Amino acid sequence: MIETIVRPLLIIAAAMGTALTTAAGLIWLERRLLAVWQDRLGPNRVGPFGLLQVVADMIKIFFKEDWIPPFADRPVFVIAPALLVVSVLMSYAVVPFAPGIVVADLNVGLLFFLAMVSLGVYGLALGGWSSNNKYALLGAIRATAQMLSYEVFMGLAVMGVVILSGSFNLQQIVRAQEGMWFCIPQFAGLVIFLIAGFAESHRLPFDLPEAESELIAGFHTEYSGIKFGLFFVGEYMGITLISMMTVILFFGGWMGPLLPPVVWFALKTFVLICVFILMRASLARPRYDQLMHFAWKVLLPLALLNVMVTGAIVLAFD
Amino acid sequence: MALMDQPDITLNALRDRFGDAVGQRQTTADGIPTVWCAAEQTPEILRFLKNDAAHAFRTLYDLTAIDERRRIHRATQPASDFSLVYHLLSCERNADMRIKVPLTGDHPHMASVTGIWPTADWYEREVWDMFGITFNGHPDLRRILMPSYWQGHPLRKEHPARATEMGRYELPVEQQIREEEALRFKPENHGLTPRQDGTESMFLNLGPQHPGTHGVFRIALQLDGEEIVNAMPEIGFHHRAAEKMGERQTWHTYIPYTDRVEYLGGVMNNLPYVMAVEKLAGIQVPDRVKVIRIMLAELFRIGSHLVWYGTFFQDLGGLSPVFYMFNDREHFYQIITAITGGRMHPSWFRIGGVAQDLPKGWDTLVRAFLDYMRPRLKEYEQIILRNRIFKMRTIGIGRLTLDEALEKGVTGPNLRACGIDWDLRKKRPYSGYDQFDFDIPTAVGGDCYDRTLVRVEEIRQSLRIVEQCLTQMPAGPYKADHPLTTPPLKHRTLQDIETLITHFLGVTWGPVIPAGEACASVEGTKGNNSYYLISDGNIHAYRVRIRTPSFPHLQIVPHLCRGLMLPDLLAILGNIDYVMSDVDR
Repeated sequence: MIETIVRPLLIIAAAMGTALTTAAGLIWLERRLLAVWQDRLGPNRVGPFGLLQVVADMIKIFFKEDWIPPFADRPVFVIAPALLVVSVLMSYAVVPFAPGIVVADLNVGLLFFLAMVSLGVYGLALGGWSSNNKYALLGAIRATAQMLSYEVFMGLAVMGVVILSGSFNLQQIVRAQEGMWFCIPQFAGLVIFLIAGFAESHRLPFDLPEAESELIAGFHTEYSGIKFGLFFVGEYMGITLISMMTVILFFGGWMGPLLPPVVWFALKTFVLICVFILMRASLARPRYDQLMHFAWKVLLPLALLNVMVTGAIVLAFD
Repeated sequence: MALMDQPDITLNALRDRFGDAVGQRQTTADGIPTVWCAAEQTPEILRFLKNDAAHAFRTLYDLTAIDERRRIHRATQPASDFSLVYHLLSCERNADMRIKVPLTGDHPHMASVTGIWPTADWYEREVWDMFGITFNGHPDLRRILMPSYWQGHPLRKEHPARATEMGRYELPVEQQIREEEALRFKPENHGLTPRQDGTESMFLNLGPQHPGTHGVFRIALQLDGEEIVNAMPEIGFHHRAAEKMGERQTWHTYIPYTDRVEYLGGVMNNLPYVMAVEKLAGIQVPDRVKVIRIMLAELFRIGSHLVWYGTFFQDLGGLSPVFYMFNDREHFYQIITAITGGRMHPSWFRIGGVAQDLPKGWDTLVRAFLDYMRPRLKEYEQIILRNRIFKMRTIGIGRLTLDEALEKGVTGPNLRACGIDWDLRKKRPYSGYDQFDFDIPTAVGGDCYDRTLVRVEEIRQSLRIVEQCLTQMPAGPYKADHPLTTPPLKHRTLQDIETLITHFLGVTWGPVIPAGEACASVEGTKGNNSYYLISDGNIHAYRVRIRTPSFPHLQIVPHLCRGLMLPDLLAILGNIDYVMSDVDR
């Protein structure tokens, strides 16, 4: 009884709780870290170190008028942000935080993650399209093209890992890294996966769907209040998810000496999240066509080459 | 000197060719050859001056008008109700020419010169908007600065300048609806037409409220996907009637308005204004004044370029540098605050001098800034100029050839990036720039990256100039000893009655500047900035014409962005460095 019902429920609650609190905490973390790198202070007034700023933001965003523009396609406009958040949250189901601590230990966990990431693009595309605003539409077009393209390399980039570990199950992939983390033999895969991850989470330098200086706020120009909040939270959960997956696939997941596995997992994820934020602080945004050229002319051949070389080596040594 | 003979050669050539159409020569306080021409032949004369190799006035530097109907001191000039002023410039020959055209009648007509200089488009629209002079043959003679529903032409003398001269302001509902309707985005109102080949294109209204336009600027776009098929800028949202205000503010009290014309330039805007007034008044300023003015102007150039540098990179998506540069600007503002007491708009230059002497310890502040700024520039070179994404976004984008730039009235760093070292500080050293050792950076490509390189190097050169000001600051008075210096020197007011009277009048009424016309130009932060002042022997100007660099720069945006993509447009807008207050005045 305890083993079959309570434990999974606890894990689910913990996973959900982690996802949502990290997203909220990340808002604070990003603002403070960016401030450090940009020679300024950031939010430091509300609560200790400005930590309660998140609470203030949340209160504001929850109590803001939930306004839907009269020209928008109402049902789709409402569903779109939820779709994004749900698809990201679903991915958390297959994330192994520590040995045995996973909501659903699927045999095709990796494929499930890729599938859910693909679904996420609907949130952006539908949100932009239903807003009935030209800026939102341009943002949605960019989002669709960018995310569909980069999904391809994300899938291809992890194939090397699958070949080496011989499994789509994320726990087994972690266990297969006992001797050596895959970031060494699969370095090319790691780089491609990270770049694709940046593009999938549409963060700078790949924030073209939003592109403030060009498209005002891109696909979520017309959104406000909690619906905007959902897009916002979805983005941060996306960052966390990509960081977690990178840790699982390339940096040995929960493995590490002395500290408990969950702590190791959290630490590694944290470092990667900081890398995400650092990227935002340091890079400019390429143009839409340059981004697509980079995807299809550079990343695609690289990813394919990586799969071929890995496959050949594995074949030769088995 | 060949330059001195040139006006006569040009005038003789004109007289030979056009006979009586070329009238008398007018003497002006600025020495720019000014000649009156008959309205009918003027387009031909202008075409000749532009295309004839010996004259080659390739740039229409300015085009404006004067409402002459209430002017008293112009007996020697041809009778006219309105005069058109074409200010021509030849960068290659470093020569100016002013053609004046007398027009009679309440709403006169004139032939358009858009066929000769496409850049006359906006200038003629402005003259029509402000004076009600119709230009026959102009392709699109609409209002440009005033809203389309405006009644009257503001720079005409009968148009009221103050609220107290007008009736009570009322906004009936119908009028409100009409005015709101006028703001609605209709592509055809912007001169955009659907494609003829049956394919549809998207019309996008960008601005006046948009994070990428740097101020209230609107540009109507015709897009094919994200490719820009056509673009039509709309300006006037930042119009504050600076020229009209010049006709009611005294010569002295107008100085603060000039600060706000190009709001990043601060005292750089005071400089051409006070120089023009000093030309009219015949004031020679002491050396110390010249060097103080140069030092502050160059500091403001650095400040303006820093804002541009950071915001331009931000337009390309780079978030951080803008914060670094605003921090740097804070260091520069420490100097400005210590010296002037103000920040963005110190209004610190005076007719015949500056407001106060430099405070004690100014040199340590300036020295500290120089030591601080130089290594920072090296750092920015690393994070911006060598950034691969930055290069991808700027090289080959918004390319302008030298010919186009000259024809379109482009000046300043935008022109120098096309490969000509046209810089008024070297070519016509004003305020003592000839005493300084500095280089004029140029580039050849004329694209966004080259313009960036030129501006970044200009920051370095300005630092060099400031350093020389620091080491060679002459001693002496900070104001000229001249009755028209404002506020006048006080030391002899209680000793002799003449000085007391001048002082009393100068302070209560404001100085009476002798009748005449003078134009003073400086190499401003964004390009050549000129004040063309007409005095009718009164305490205020009869007409103030402000020629700003951003006006022609913004006019070339459609030319630069056609065929590129939407993000490129924002890159170009960020790159050509304009501020809307400088465009609309």
